[in-house]
Amino acid sequence: MNADVRPVLKLRDDTVGVLAAMRGVFARDLKVAFRQRQDLLNPLLFFVMVVTLFPLGVSPEVSFLREAGAGILWVAALLSVLLSLDHLFRHDFDDGTLEQLVLQPQPLFLLVLAKTMAHWVLTGLPLVILTPVLGVMVHLDGNSIGVLCLTLLIGTPVLSLIGSIGAALTLGLRSAGVLLSLLIIPLYIPVLIFGTGTVAAAAEGAQVGAYVALMGAFLVLALTLAPFASAAALRISLSNG
Amino acid sequence: MWQFFHKLGSPKWFFGIATRLMPWLLAGGVLLLMAGIVWGLAFAPKDYLQGNSYRIIFIHVPTAFIAQSIYIMMAVAAVVTLVWRMKLADVFVKAVAPVGLVLTFLALFTGAVWGKPTWGTWWIWDARLTSMLILLFLYGGVIALDRAINDEKSAARAVAILVLVGVVNIPIIKYSVEWWNTLHQPATFKLTEKPSMPADMWVPLLLSVLGLYLLFGWLACLRMQTEILFREQRTRWVKDYVMAGRG
Repeated sequence: MNADVRPVLKLRDDTVGVLAAMRGVFARDLKVAFRQRQDLLNPLLFFVMVVTLFPLGVSPEVSFLREAGAGILWVAALLSVLLSLDHLFRHDFDDGTLEQLVLQPQPLFLLVLAKTMAHWVLTGLPLVILTPVLGVMVHLDGNSIGVLCLTLLIGTPVLSLIGSIGAALTLGLRSAGVLLSLLIIPLYIPVLIFGTGTVAAAAEGAQVGAYVALMGAFLVLALTLAPFASAAALRISLSNG
Repeated sequence: MWQFFHKLGSPKWFFGIATRLMPWLLAGGVLLLMAGIVWGLAFAPKDYLQGNSYRIIFIHVPTAFIAQSIYIMMAVAAVVTLVWRMKLADVFVKAVAPVGLVLTFLALFTGAVWGKPTWGTWWIWDARLTSMLILLFLYGGVIALDRAINDEKSAARAVAILVLVGVVNIPIIKYSVEWWNTLHQPATFKLTEKPSMPADMWVPLLLSVLGLYLLFGWLACLRMQTEILFREQRTRWVKDYVMAGRG
């Protein structure tokens, strides 16, 4: 990969503040991603295709789709985030950028947080934006679609954050992809349960405030703890090579 | 106290202690477990609602109980691995993870066997069952990650992080019954309250839980010894030990 596709990080300086460094990492990840647009598109295509499989494979009945639609969309979103996680650190690991990141004077966990946020903006957010269209296709009503988007908006950052731990742990291993899924899917289950539970409660006309608050709690927990874990895991994976 | 702590870090010292401890653990474990199970299966009174089918509790509860506590022990060992880099802690994690996997599977299996006559189904997507299943996946992930990393030190620390991340799941298992409150009956033992069943039922249950704990201790010592011998195979004392055993 040549240098002009993947811009070099220019942070090697004590005078760069923590926030500026985070902004730098974030902006660079976005820039790299937009120079390789296909990588951006793939998880979205995957998302749409997985959702398509359900009406074809199970039943195109409106009653079934309305019942299962939110769950299908959530599972599809979860899987496509999972699929995209491999990219989170892989390229930076291969070309040595990650080592430079570890050597920065700024705390690694904040830089990892910036990378994870960039990952969410590039995969989670587009999924949320795409959800209303697919929601209409699986015959969800307007209210459910709104709640579904809200849960995905809170839930997908959690997926990215937890996923970053798995991606960091499996970095540089053989068959990292399958292993990553094995490690991460169990940790995704509570998020999935509450995400779909919220939509189900909304469909029954119940108040969803408590559910949304719980998902927010998941987000805060992941936001505060996950970057530490992935930073520690990154250091291990790098010392491994 | 610190000296004890340092000694505990020495695989050789642990090896000796374990050798002396193991016969007691094995004997105590077998005795208690036999007593608990025979008492439970043959002499404890019938349940007024579930009849004889409830008797599987004397196997189901100990396996489920210990399957969960092994994970907590692993989490403690993981902290020790990460903070003090103590060799023995990661030997422990590596040695007991498969035991935890098997016990979790047994808990799920006996639960299914119990569920069939009482709930009329082998499996139900109840919160408690689902979180036990997640525990099974977590054990599987820990073992898979450990196998995937060749370097011993990296593997130990990576696994430690994974275990700590997974331990967030344990409170969810513990309180899921109260949160979702579905089919599964609430926990059998609580530290703070008197058991709600007659003494003829809970005493054998307690005996079999303790028995299985001791047996687990024995198995953990055995597996840790094996792992220690493997890791320290180049050291003097292991060579001496092996040669002495042969001679």
